Amino acid sequence: MIWLTWRQCRTQFIAVYGLVAAACVWLAVTGPALARLARRNENVYDLLTSNDRLLFNGGIAVLAVAPAVIGIFWGAPLVARELETGTYRLAWNQSVTRGRWLAVKLGFAVLSTAVAVGILTLAITWWAQPIDGATGSQRGSLASRLTPISFAMRGIVPVGYAVFALLLGTLIGLLVRRSVPAMALTLAVYVVVQIAVPLWVRPHLVPATTTSMVISHSTLDGIGLDGSGTLTITTHAERGDWVLSNETVDAQGRAAALPSWFSSCLPPPPAAGQPNGKAAVSQDHGTLDACLARLTDEGFRQRVVYQPRDHFWPLQWAETGLYLAASVVLGGLSFWWTRRRLS
Amino acid sequence: MIEFSLDSRSGVSPYLQVVHQVRRALRLGLLVEGDQLPTVKDVVASLAINPNTVLKAYRELERDGLVAARPGVGTFVTRTLADSSLAAHEPLRRDLARWLGQARSAGLDEESIEALFMSTFRDVNEDIA
Amino acid sequence: MSAIVTARGLGKQYRRRWALQDCSLEVPVGRVTGLVGPNGAGKTTLLSLMVGILTPTVGTIEVCGGRPAADASQLAKVGFVAQDTPTYAGLTVADHLRLGAHLNPRWDDAAAHRRVERLGLDPHQKAGQLSGGQRAQLALTLGLAKRPELLILDEPVASLDPLARREFLQVLMEAVAEDEISVLLSSHVVSDLERVCDHVVVLVDSQVRVAGDVEELLATHHRLSGPRREPSTLPADQQVVWASHTDRQSTYVVRTRSPILDPAWSVSALGLEDLVLAYMEGPASVTPASTGLEVLR
Repeated sequence: MIWLTWRQCRTQFIAVYGLVAAACVWLAVTGPALARLARRNENVYDLLTSNDRLLFNGGIAVLAVAPAVIGIFWGAPLVARELETGTYRLAWNQSVTRGRWLAVKLGFAVLSTAVAVGILTLAITWWAQPIDGATGSQRGSLASRLTPISFAMRGIVPVGYAVFALLLGTLIGLLVRRSVPAMALTLAVYVVVQIAVPLWVRPHLVPATTTSMVISHSTLDGIGLDGSGTLTITTHAERGDWVLSNETVDAQGRAAALPSWFSSCLPPPPAAGQPNGKAAVSQDHGTLDACLARLTDEGFRQRVVYQPRDHFWPLQWAETGLYLAASVVLGGLSFWWTRRRLS
Repeated sequence: MIEFSLDSRSGVSPYLQVVHQVRRALRLGLLVEGDQLPTVKDVVASLAINPNTVLKAYRELERDGLVAARPGVGTFVTRTLADSSLAAHEPLRRDLARWLGQARSAGLDEESIEALFMSTFRDVNEDIA
Repeated sequence: MSAIVTARGLGKQYRRRWALQDCSLEVPVGRVTGLVGPNGAGKTTLLSLMVGILTPTVGTIEVCGGRPAADASQLAKVGFVAQDTPTYAGLTVADHLRLGAHLNPRWDDAAAHRRVERLGLDPHQKAGQLSGGQRAQLALTLGLAKRPELLILDEPVASLDPLARREFLQVLMEAVAEDEISVLLSSHVVSDLERVCDHVVVLVDSQVRVAGDVEELLATHHRLSGPRREPSTLPADQQVVWASHTDRQSTYVVRTRSPILDPAWSVSALGLEDLVLAYMEGPASVTPASTGLEVLR
């Protein structure tokens, strides 16, 4: 059975590992130079060439896409193709039970996928580590590794995603019985999950930290207009933290809009060519400081809910565990369906 | 070694066709004592018929004493029908020719002659059976 | 003679439709049995149930003394050549043989390779590039080389040209002569069945209309032709299978063991095809109970 599984997915296997090998080579070549650069400079961001930035974002893109691709092109046809072409009538008449047949096929796919994606993620994480979240002197920056986009492409979660995508594809293929519709459906479901999890699940996987801080000149990051035209205040966040919410609360601890008198504290609006921009803290400290002091006296504070940067690994483990648990459920359903319900 | 053929439209069952073909071969001298009949496997591989059909035919021939099966070796001819060759029955042939002449003079055409012969043949066979 | 397949009240439902309903039959061991019937009678469903690719909704089925596809040893006892002889298009002929060797404990590798060589198949050619006849032969080789007790074939020659058809049956019959396996093959080409089968089962609308040894069936069925008569006027021991009337003439197909003595009838024998057609067209009121389960013990 192992021979047959290997023979049937030989092409996929070689393609995946070939690409992983190529990627690793490229990263190994460019990595050390980058690390040296980062060690010497505070504002390494400014020193990055556009090539490096391309590689950084490219790495993110590859890891974003890889699990989905694997899930779709390896998982969906795994069983669906046999059902579609009728070859299951040949396979299920050999002296191997359906359960064992699926177990070997799936096991091989899961193992190969996990290892391949693991290697790729490791390589990219190692390469990007010196410059994750690097900021430049002019406010340009690369996404820090806790932010949703980067988080998903670092550490070990991509392995969880890939295994999940694979098992999702297999189950959908099993139910739909046709490869191409199964691929489309798997992609759709996977995308939905990948949007939903960072939005609603990830912030709560590990309890976030809440701090309440006084709004003063030193903590103020900016004053801006939100979508509906009301003034909002944001305060500094530590570099590398993942800010979940940053809002002003009144003396009772409820989120509140800034009092109406506050608008008169502001320096004149920015030039006409900069709509919706954050008004930089201007030279006019005097009135602003007095206003901020009055805010504080009236009981206004800034409440920041965030995941500190040292929560990176706990969050990684938690989310990987979540996806792997889901994968186990999907796998169990696949087995049950194949052995009992399929025909 | 003789070869068998099967006429699927003749209405005669396959095993009888095999029996008849062996008997004819014996009569014509194509098979003589000691010759081996084709193995069941060979017959079946060339004609695509059920092995039991061939086995049944060979068993009937064995019952008639014409062949004998030697286990592990094959089926061999033990007796020919050559002495029932037509040449030995010249008197019968002459009688038959005379009868045919009489039937013709009575006005019977070919089909009627054949029908008369076949029905009498069957009746006589049933009486014997 | 015992039965290698026993089905009792077997039924298979797909959502709302019953593909097979209340089917009971026995397939004798050591014979080549033909399963014949119109398309949609449930032949493929029945065969799939025997092989374990489908599971019954109701009823029981026992094959080679066990439940189909229950475990590896049960699977090893039954070979299956499915309709349109599925093969892996991307795998070569040699790959298919390796597949069989790896997945079947009783696989006879030498015999399989010998057969492939005799058939003139190129071991390195992909199965997708083989002709229909060659693919069928490959599937047959796979089915035979695992040394099953029972080989089931679902319309194996339906889409083959006459030469390929003949060659397929030749190989199959040779294997039966050599190995003493039981064969069950379904077909709607009755002339093929006539050469190859010694036992036949006629399945119409999930019901077994008649089953028995071909010789016995041919000996006991007669076509009667004569002046118009109602079926009720026929003797009780003559079971009417099929009837056709004009205003002056009646033609019956009857089944009986006793001789037909009525001089008004013109009696003729039936070929297997006509016999099967008579059962397929005949009134459904022909009760299966008297015609089925004709396995001689």
